[in-house]
Amino acid sequence: MHPHLIGLVAGAAAMIAVPAAIVGLSDNQRSGSLPAGPRKIEIAESLINYPLPGEFLARGQPAAAPIEKRAVPAFRITKQQVSLADYNLCVAAGACDAADATPSGEDVPVTGVSFLDAQAYIRWYSRATGEAWRLPTALEAAAAAAERFASDSFSAAADDPANPAVRWLRRYREEASVKRPADPKPKQRGHYGRNSLGVEDFGGNVWEWTSTCYTRTALGADGVVESITDNCGAHVLEGRHRAYISNFVRDGKSGGCAVGTPPENLGFRLVLDSDSMIARARIRLLDVLQFVIGNAARRNLS
Amino acid sequence: MFTRRQALLGAAAAGVMVAALPSMASAAPVSEAEIAALPRQKVTLVAPPFVHAHEQVATTGPKVVEFVMTIEEKPIVIDDEGTVLQGMTFDGSIPGPMMVVHEGDYVELTLVNPASNSMPHNIDFHAATGALGGGALTLINPGEQVKLRFKATRSGTFVYHCAPEGPMIPWHVVSGMAGTIMVLPREGLKNEKGEPVGYDKVYYIGENEFYIPRDEDGNFKSYESHGDSYADTLEVMKSLTPTHVVFNGAKGALTGENAMTAKVGETVLIVHSQANRDTRPHLIGGHGDYVWEEGKFANPPAKDLETWFIRGGSAGAALYTFLQPGVYAYVNHNLIEAVELGATAHFLVEGEWNDDLMKQVEAPGPIPVN
Repeated sequence: MHPHLIGLVAGAAAMIAVPAAIVGLSDNQRSGSLPAGPRKIEIAESLINYPLPGEFLARGQPAAAPIEKRAVPAFRITKQQVSLADYNLCVAAGACDAADATPSGEDVPVTGVSFLDAQAYIRWYSRATGEAWRLPTALEAAAAAAERFASDSFSAAADDPANPAVRWLRRYREEASVKRPADPKPKQRGHYGRNSLGVEDFGGNVWEWTSTCYTRTALGADGVVESITDNCGAHVLEGRHRAYISNFVRDGKSGGCAVGTPPENLGFRLVLDSDSMIARARIRLLDVLQFVIGNAARRNLS
Repeated sequence: MFTRRQALLGAAAAGVMVAALPSMASAAPVSEAEIAALPRQKVTLVAPPFVHAHEQVATTGPKVVEFVMTIEEKPIVIDDEGTVLQGMTFDGSIPGPMMVVHEGDYVELTLVNPASNSMPHNIDFHAATGALGGGALTLINPGEQVKLRFKATRSGTFVYHCAPEGPMIPWHVVSGMAGTIMVLPREGLKNEKGEPVGYDKVYYIGENEFYIPRDEDGNFKSYESHGDSYADTLEVMKSLTPTHVVFNGAKGALTGENAMTAKVGETVLIVHSQANRDTRPHLIGGHGDYVWEEGKFANPPAKDLETWFIRGGSAGAALYTFLQPGVYAYVNHNLIEAVELGATAHFLVEGEWNDDLMKQVEAPGPIPVN
């Protein structure tokens, strides 16, 4: 089934299932330890120059990502990345799989988590707190990262449409020239300092999952979008450079990275939606969607 | 007198010559227009161990041979205990189907990654030149397809496999994404004296090793999805200790009702392919009359081999004329892998027994006492 079609079907199913899911809200609340409420930073509404994520082809040749001026509505994002200690509470509650992270006595961010792990944590934490937590979109991550936002470090454009190797060789040399020694050991939260908005550790050695799907966009001669292929089996991560990694991968070295040294660690931070009935319903909707899509995916496999 | 018109005709004729002989690796690049003018042939692939119908000796000039392969991610049962591999396949089979063309032909592959799949895939042809064997030009996401053309400039049997990025490469390969292309010399196979040799039938044996994680009790684990299986599988892979070594995708896949067949006097070409790990095929009770161990037909074949060595990441070919009827086991002659891990196939050969080659002179009986 075409992904858009799956989305439609799943969406329709979710609409029907929502009322029941909302009724069930309080039943699902878990007892046990809860992370202390994370400090949040209010990111004011802004207008940013945003290089679109994904890969782009113009007349069949790799092209640079178009940069668009995008309005970003105000949102609240956690000052710090989710910590290993907090993540382990979810593990202790039986709602998350243990992360592939080295135990640490320090207050380190959780690492060794996949997109699916991040989602499991968010489901648990939202249920437990009754608040509407989610991953930031890549656009929100860019806004919150402010001057630390890197996007893709290198041009993706084809240098010579008749000779793709010219581009491969140039990128290889560019990547080799900026290669730095790996420093994968997670640092205490706050180690990398805060940016101009007060958000900590962005662009350190933990790349952050976003809720934005990887896409490939075909552009026409005049830069008009001809087709977009979504692949929500992989998501955008922001960090020192942008990366696209399959949902189940916990280790950044599996590549998926368009350029440069692969991400040293994969982690995440959270966005809090306004605490309204609508926001709560939204979590439920996402839960149900997740369930329905999961089922659809399993059906497709069998 | 040499006219301008004659000169032009001469040039045109030279152009035709080039078009007719694009197989020469050293020839000047052939233009798109010249390739477009070549005859085209659509080939429907068949599942291994069988191979699509093909000419051994090319009866025409070079052509563009079109193939379509659809990538299927699906669970596959790999042994008689019902162990399930979260498999990844070219065209639904492990190994991927064998393609056959002639040296100088153009291979034009449409690779399809249906939206029902979960991962990006691509294809690296060891027979192709440039772009990581085509891998850099064929990476496609679920819901996409791509068309690659490459010129088959070297003859031989060659592996193709999926090669996305980083640890995805070995994982996709040991999940089943490898196959073989055979590029025959236009004039067919030749022995060490340059005399033509042919075959009555061809079998294509893809050997795979699998790395299935076990639970605390030592039982093989099964997973709901590829993603679920990934982390555990990677750990087993890094042990370099496979849990299964099989032919044609599953333990026993080429035995019993699916055993390969031949007749006494028939010449069989056995292509053996292993994309990841060394192996050593052996036909128990038979030989390799002519063996292209490295699989490359420009080299003279070795003769009368007992066991041949297939380097991981290559495919080799052995030609054998069956001389005796019976049941032959075709094994990876690491016999632990053959017997315990699954690398055994069978040939059932019909025909007349030849006492001259072998005879039981005396049946088993008590040891005589003097």
